[in-house]
Amino acid sequence: MGKRLSSQTIKLDSPVYIISTASIAGSKEGEGPLSSFFDSVIQDPLFGEKSWEKAETKMVREAYSKLISKSGIPVSNINYIVAGDLLNQCTASNFGLKDSDVPVLGVYGACSTMGESMSIGAMLIDGGFAENVACITSSHFCSAEKQFRYPLELGTQRTPNAQWTVTGAGAVMLSKAGDPTKDIMITHVTTGKIIDKGIKDANNMGAAMAPAAVDTLSAHFRDTGRQPDFYDLILSGDLGYVGKNICEEFMEKEGFDIKGKYNDCGLIIFDRDKQDVHAGGSGCACSALVFCAYMYKLLKEGQIKNLLFMPTGALLSPTSSQQGETIPSIAHALSIASNCIS
Amino acid sequence: MQQLFPYVRAFITGGIICAIAQILIDRTKLTSARILVFYVTLGTILTGLGIYQYVVDYGGAGATVPLTGFGYSLAKGVIKEVDKHGFLGAFTGGIKATSGGISAAIFFGYLASVIFKPKAKG
Repeated sequence: MGKRLSSQTIKLDSPVYIISTASIAGSKEGEGPLSSFFDSVIQDPLFGEKSWEKAETKMVREAYSKLISKSGIPVSNINYIVAGDLLNQCTASNFGLKDSDVPVLGVYGACSTMGESMSIGAMLIDGGFAENVACITSSHFCSAEKQFRYPLELGTQRTPNAQWTVTGAGAVMLSKAGDPTKDIMITHVTTGKIIDKGIKDANNMGAAMAPAAVDTLSAHFRDTGRQPDFYDLILSGDLGYVGKNICEEFMEKEGFDIKGKYNDCGLIIFDRDKQDVHAGGSGCACSALVFCAYMYKLLKEGQIKNLLFMPTGALLSPTSSQQGETIPSIAHALSIASNCIS
Repeated sequence: MQQLFPYVRAFITGGIICAIAQILIDRTKLTSARILVFYVTLGTILTGLGIYQYVVDYGGAGATVPLTGFGYSLAKGVIKEVDKHGFLGAFTGGIKATSGGISAAIFFGYLASVIFKPKAKG
């Protein structure tokens, strides 16, 4: 049990390097506070395609090729791609990567997919099964609304607790080889358990996911013996305004004060005062874009030395919510360190 | 000024009906689809009980255009057909009375889908 610290956390024997990231964002994201950090912003939500699903597929394809060109790793040296998205049977990833000619592991962690794929990628590398692993995820406001809520044509009113699915695709290249003084490192992985506290409202996913975030955070601190102070930033995926407050409150009850250290990607990607996104951003691309575009830069510049990155996911399906089921949720945490000097 | 009153009354009546629906969206867990069905059913029941007619007399289009107005047309059609043809009217009256609206919705819906492409909201 060398690498296992405890029930949910592993400490990697040698750090896994994040040598490059790529990000493609939609137009609303491009109007947000992170606009200058994205590799590219697409103005047309159809991205020149005939359907939202095809547009999202194209974003995955482009993010992947952008990642390859930015990382400089030849395709023949990529051992695995770990990818997933929100659409039925992971449409965007599977169709977007069908010409990649690289072994692919498809994963579904809802909006926590970036955390799940990076966790698996890091373990593959640390286990000695791979030298380079690409992790990709995507989401699209229009395709997600269509699948999980209502057709856009219906023009349904959104509830105040509703979150806005982020349009975009993010990709990360993990590698065994890197420079500890210049590259970002994954050091610990805490894998989440499925938590279901009985929330049924698919328009209030922040509240549904917050208990999963609390569970994984507490497990991480318990397993590693670290305190919230260890981190410069603790970053959840897409709890939004509602879920973030619940998470802070419940963490305090667990004996960990994370206030001041804690933020949520859903509140970073949009400006809630200026952009009509209600409780904040959500979707696989929410945490993926904030990490790939913004956090990666802050880590690279040494402005953040220790980051706990924890994408969160609501594991509902359109059928389960129509049948009145509750929303099971999950959160995966990665401890990411930077020795870069600012 | 006198000619403006029907418009003001329609605005107030329709506004109240829609404001109630907005409160239901914001304050309850009801989905918009359920509120829609609830409004049509409510309109039918209130018309059957003879209450909604007063709302229509006061508010005009403000009461007949929202979804409750569709329930009003359904119920009125049924009452009329039952008077004319007896029990069978309960099955035929509603659709007969609303056929114009339904056909127009399908036709213009189709037309709109041919001409326009859906877009992401604001």
